Amino acid sequence: MDTIFALASAPGKAGLGVIRVSGPRADDACDALAGGRPEYRRASLRRLRDAEGGVLDEALVLRFDAGKSFTGEEVVEFHLHGSVAIIQAVLRRLGALDGFRMAEPGEFTRRALENGRMDLTQVEALADLIDSETESQRRQALDLLSGALSARVGRWRDATLRAVSLLEATIDFADEDVPVDVSPEVRALLTEVVEGIEAELSGLDAAERVRTGFQVAIIGPPNAGKSTLLNYLAGREAAITSEIAGTTRDVIEVRMDLGGLAVTLLDTAGLRETDDAVERIGVQRGRERAEAADLRVHLVTEDITPGVVPGPDDLVFRAKIDLVGGEGVSGTTGQGVPALVDAVKARLMDKAVQAGLASRERHRLALTAGASHLHAAIGLLDSGADLYELTSEEVRLALRRLEALLGHIDVEQILGEIFSSFCVGK
Amino acid sequence: MKHHFDVVVIGGGHAGTEAAAAAARMGATTALVTLREADLGVMSCNPAIGGLGKGHLVREIDALDGIMGVAADQAGIQFRLLNRRKGPAVQGPRAQADRTLYRAAIQSAIRGQKAVDVVQGEVVDLIQAGDRVEGVQLADGTVLRAREVILTSGTFLRGVIHIGNERRNGGRMGDKPSIRLAERIDDFGLPLGRLKTGTPPRLDGKTIDWSKLGEQPGDDDPVMFSFLSGKPVARQISCGITATTAATHDIIRQNLDRSAMYGGHIEGVGPRYCPSIEDKVTRFADKESHQIFLEPEGLDDDTIYPNGISTSMPVDVQKAYVRTIPGLEAVQIRQPGYAIEYDYVDPRALDRTLAVRSLRGLFLAGQINGTTGYEEAAAQGLVAGLNAARRAQGREPAFFERTESYIGVMVDDLTTRGVAEPYRMFTSRAEFRLSLRADNADQRLTPKGIALGCVSEARRRAFGRKLEKLETAREMLQQGTFTPNQLQSIGVNVNSDGVRRTAYQLLSFPDVSFDDVRMLDEAFAEIEPDTATQIAKEAIYANYLARQQRDVDLLKKDEAVAIPSGFSYDALPSLSNELKGKLSRTRPESIAQAARIEGMTPAALALIVARLRQDERRAIA
Repeated sequence: MDTIFALASAPGKAGLGVIRVSGPRADDACDALAGGRPEYRRASLRRLRDAEGGVLDEALVLRFDAGKSFTGEEVVEFHLHGSVAIIQAVLRRLGALDGFRMAEPGEFTRRALENGRMDLTQVEALADLIDSETESQRRQALDLLSGALSARVGRWRDATLRAVSLLEATIDFADEDVPVDVSPEVRALLTEVVEGIEAELSGLDAAERVRTGFQVAIIGPPNAGKSTLLNYLAGREAAITSEIAGTTRDVIEVRMDLGGLAVTLLDTAGLRETDDAVERIGVQRGRERAEAADLRVHLVTEDITPGVVPGPDDLVFRAKIDLVGGEGVSGTTGQGVPALVDAVKARLMDKAVQAGLASRERHRLALTAGASHLHAAIGLLDSGADLYELTSEEVRLALRRLEALLGHIDVEQILGEIFSSFCVGK
Repeated sequence: MKHHFDVVVIGGGHAGTEAAAAAARMGATTALVTLREADLGVMSCNPAIGGLGKGHLVREIDALDGIMGVAADQAGIQFRLLNRRKGPAVQGPRAQADRTLYRAAIQSAIRGQKAVDVVQGEVVDLIQAGDRVEGVQLADGTVLRAREVILTSGTFLRGVIHIGNERRNGGRMGDKPSIRLAERIDDFGLPLGRLKTGTPPRLDGKTIDWSKLGEQPGDDDPVMFSFLSGKPVARQISCGITATTAATHDIIRQNLDRSAMYGGHIEGVGPRYCPSIEDKVTRFADKESHQIFLEPEGLDDDTIYPNGISTSMPVDVQKAYVRTIPGLEAVQIRQPGYAIEYDYVDPRALDRTLAVRSLRGLFLAGQINGTTGYEEAAAQGLVAGLNAARRAQGREPAFFERTESYIGVMVDDLTTRGVAEPYRMFTSRAEFRLSLRADNADQRLTPKGIALGCVSEARRRAFGRKLEKLETAREMLQQGTFTPNQLQSIGVNVNSDGVRRTAYQLLSFPDVSFDDVRMLDEAFAEIEPDTATQIAKEAIYANYLARQQRDVDLLKKDEAVAIPSGFSYDALPSLSNELKGKLSRTRPESIAQAARIEGMTPAALALIVARLRQDERRAIA
């Protein structure tokens, strides 16, 4: 049986973060991280170290013997300082240990149940919690998949489904009018997916994120003063401003430090219907970049912005208050800009914490494992059609790991794809 | 004639004969009721057994000492192992069968079972007492009493045959449908649906110009179905190959409105994988030609089954279009193709033994459960036959699991997910495909069969000998280890990584053959060729199987947590109404099945487990 671990305290900013480890090899976690096993049921202060011996945190370590723990198994708890980075580092360290994996939602409860440590009433009391854990993981997965990413994930899903269908068609309909060698198409499909996943993986890394910073798009109708605001924030003439609506035709990026956060501001072409071919491309590009950004700041004027509805997490400000008065922001006079910066900062911090931690780590593990199965599948393609059942096995294993991202792909969908692509059957 | 039986089986098709034989092997007194004794084991569709997924099922039936594999081997006139070049997990044995020989083999197998009485007659009604089925009534008024009844009525429930806009009632060409029986099923309140399937016209082989046609011979090295068979007994033949032409497609397109399926006469859902020629021409309009296999129906029968052109066109259109096909320019049609619509029972109304949940004493098996294919039918007949006998004898049910067999995959798919089209087995349905192979069906299931009591002494002994050889060889190959140097010396391409490997591990290398391995140790010479072949097949997948074992173990653990049929989900207040509804409808029999229900949450599973534990403790206290 695997030894499982998970963050047992609520995710988000808190003074403490508790990671619980349960299973036959729980003591290995003590040995590896804390350099030894404390006495049972006695809090002991230890330095937790990474694989190279660097200190991760100074933490309380609690050890429970089998039969006397929450799950009934050997359990170790690490009470860490509540920093996102520390918790993430410890989770990652545990994930690298032999026989360890992240717990599925409800898995601690399930083990407790199986070992007779809980009764029905206790499970009922916990049921909401487990479901909300599942629900919040699902939501976080969706949150991570906002905008352009979810479209990309949709393409990965289609490509993987197509790849596995091609392989299965050659296996299950070998006697029929289907191609014998589908390697080139399968290779192209899987390569696209694995490259996309790997690009995503590097982006999911929190450290990488802090380095590259967040993207914040400023959007609104033409001549709402988007470029003026960007120039004010950047303190230089990064974007050309003029009185003529539609001046910004491409996406302009300015990197800056916004209240301590690395931020790339995107100035987009004013969103409007236009007959100008060049401007239309600019508008289209602006829309795409804005959708993919971490946060959108909408500047609104009397004019309506065509086709853009602010999302629940977006910020909305009235523009050009130097001219129209009232609450809002002006890039010309700087009125309202500090409030805007504070709002942007608060929203980004929120996102950093929300998206971070357990769900990110879970995703990272799933994506890493998924990508490694896809690599194995691509490698097996070199051996040609004779090993398709193994190639397909690797793709199916990848699919199972990527379920959280791609959704469940069922054999019926695979068969459906086969039957719509090939005229099989007699 | 006897009038009291442990088990009465209605229907003498593939499900019925396999069910009766299984019940009899278990020692149950069994009546097999059929319209005509001569029709036992009739192949009403194409004259072939096996294939991908289907061949796996036949091997599993054989591993449990069933009759289909042996009969197919006796009747086989062309054997081909599909996917021969791919790995053993996806290889499927297939054979063209001589219809007459196959019927004879099945009838002789049934006669060989002393516990089976074949009763000729039409079942018109089931005898019911409360919620219990207690026997059957025949058209002549005869009543047969039974502890358990197995209904295998195929496509006979409200069967309607369509040829163009002509329609007639019938379960198979030339046979009456079972309407009174269908009305009785209505009374039971079982959920019904409607499906359709089709057949091609049967051709007169003497009027085919074979000289123009391609030929598909059988394998040089025929692979048999039964673990007990050696080599083919019947004379071996080839099939012919031809294809439709542009002219064929034109005729079909011009007459589409006269097709029963396209003219709107049929409401049933047909299978996506068995399209009629009308479907093919319409859905794949850019394809200029579709392949047709001309399959002889027997050695002494020159009727030809043209596999690939099933149809519900009127007879004149069928005549016209077959003559546009190369080699068939002057062909005569012996029996027109037709589509058949029939009622099926939603198999979610059944439990894992294929017994109807809402009644006692009634099992359903075969096409009535929404499946298609002889092999799928026979495998269900086996499950129902074994379980009907066990229940009649007051013994524990025999379950088949997804982790152990294609039979288990099929029964689980049917009873938990139902069907949207006629259900056919594919290897892709088995998530543990690499371990559920046709070559190891005996190792997977014969021990189970022995424990159940359905395996004959002869097979038990043969299996025991084989297993002993395998185990000795496996041990031998896993004992000694070899350095990279030693391996390189016999020409194996390994890194000089200092890792010692066993001969068994070596066999998982794609370019290492058993002959290479023999060079490592003189003792390996005593491993017989059959044993070596078998071990090589499992060793290929050794790395994957080890990884898969964890999933298998987890699933087995969940499969082992049984949910009693009377379990009340209403008594779990924290369960959402939506899930309560789904669970109450689906009635999963184990936690593993419950977990597969769409929308199931970890918390809900934990709640059910907790409740089960509580009930257990109460029962003990």
